[in-house]
Amino acid sequence: MTKRRVVVTGLGTINPLGNSVSDTWNRLLKGESGIDYITTFDTSNLPVTFAGEVKNFDGNDYLGKQHARKMDRSSHLSIFATEQALIDSGINLEERLGSNVGIVFGTGIGGIGATEEAVRTYDSRGPSRINPLAITQLMPNSSIGQVAIRFGVEGPSLTITTACAASANAIGEAKNLIERGVVDTVIAGGVESGTTPMTIGAFAQIRALSTQNENPKLACKPFDKERDGFVMAEGSTVLVLEEEQHAIKRNAKIYGYVSGYGSTTDAYHITAPAEGGIGAVRAMEKALLDAEISIQQVDYINTHGTSTPANDLNETKAIKSLFGEYSKNLTLSSTKSMTGHLLGGAGAFEAMVSLLSIRDNKIAPTINLNNFDDQCDLNYTPNSSIELNTEIVMSNSFGFGGHNAVLVITKT
Amino acid sequence: MEVNDVFEKVKSLFVDELGIDESKISMEAKLEEDLEIDSLGIVEVVMAFEDEFGIEIDDDELADVKTVGEAVNLLHSKI
Repeated sequence: MTKRRVVVTGLGTINPLGNSVSDTWNRLLKGESGIDYITTFDTSNLPVTFAGEVKNFDGNDYLGKQHARKMDRSSHLSIFATEQALIDSGINLEERLGSNVGIVFGTGIGGIGATEEAVRTYDSRGPSRINPLAITQLMPNSSIGQVAIRFGVEGPSLTITTACAASANAIGEAKNLIERGVVDTVIAGGVESGTTPMTIGAFAQIRALSTQNENPKLACKPFDKERDGFVMAEGSTVLVLEEEQHAIKRNAKIYGYVSGYGSTTDAYHITAPAEGGIGAVRAMEKALLDAEISIQQVDYINTHGTSTPANDLNETKAIKSLFGEYSKNLTLSSTKSMTGHLLGGAGAFEAMVSLLSIRDNKIAPTINLNNFDDQCDLNYTPNSSIELNTEIVMSNSFGFGGHNAVLVITKT
Repeated sequence: MEVNDVFEKVKSLFVDELGIDESKISMEAKLEEDLEIDSLGIVEVVMAFEDEFGIEIDDDELADVKTVGEAVNLLHSKI
């Protein structure tokens, strides 16, 4: 029996750069930043005053207040991105999607905004005034529950919480569901909406965030010598994954194939990457094996590239260790330089970028890369997008906890 | 407070706090079927009533409340 292959037939996104796939992609190719000062709460007592917020989106306007207020913002973003992806895929939304459609999402911290609000209410007004909707807003699986209700998704549903690797894992596990023949279609994606006071404060406490408050758009500078941390961002990105023949039969547009998935764990430190990025090396290796691709065939790597000193150094070491001499021929970039770090939503966003790179033969740059770091000496596509015949892309995602998830996305 | 005053206060709570469409709210309107207030929503409604009217409502007092009018009458009797 031939292997069931997995194609992508729909894309949807809402993120700091744009509220549609085309706006987002255009801005990525122009090298624009979606980072700015935080507008949704007072940051005067925080060491970090900027983030990548979604703009021009109000869940109340989109879903109606009566429905929207029952959910955390992370669910609003998830439903919005999913609706776009389903429309893009041409799937009929007049009927419930049914039990041949599954949903797998990644998120790092779920409805953390609702958690923070409930704790504030508990402290100020006591337990009898906690919002009765708090639990159903804050649970990490709330987004997939709400998306499933909205579109009638009755197949398997899973929420994966492997921090910043979560939605790359989600796409990988969705691929597995389709390959194993459990379902023919999976809504796979990720979401994060953690640009909230406690969360920004807590990430700042572990010195993970850039504190370059003087110019937010220049703060995120992956692989640059002056990089000093990542930038929090919010958003949701969704891919419609489908079994190849299922998609062909209904004449669906095919962006590309999710051909390889590798998933490993460092088992080393809860935040720091293992020395030399050995867990990342193994994940990349497994993803290539799964895709039956050799290292010389890879055209582009959408790096994890968070702009933290440790990640960018170790990811570079990992790539050099696996690809050897060929690493000099690789084109790399970090689109986080423009979006900030979408945490649990990052893997799905970057898988989308990978597919658009294949579609258009264009590579979005790493912006703010001006100061050469002699330990980060690969081709990171600094500051301007390029044209590149792109058939095979690797997308790296690594998460606190030591989780490594790598996807190989191919044109055929 | 007259029954009608209680109704008006309930109506504005439903519209402002819960985002319910004003045109759907009448004394006869059924909380669950007409206004889409589910079991979680009822807890919210009780909290809003308690804050607005400075009263306490036990869960068992609510067992028979199915319509806006029944809620208004319960509140009127407790104020």
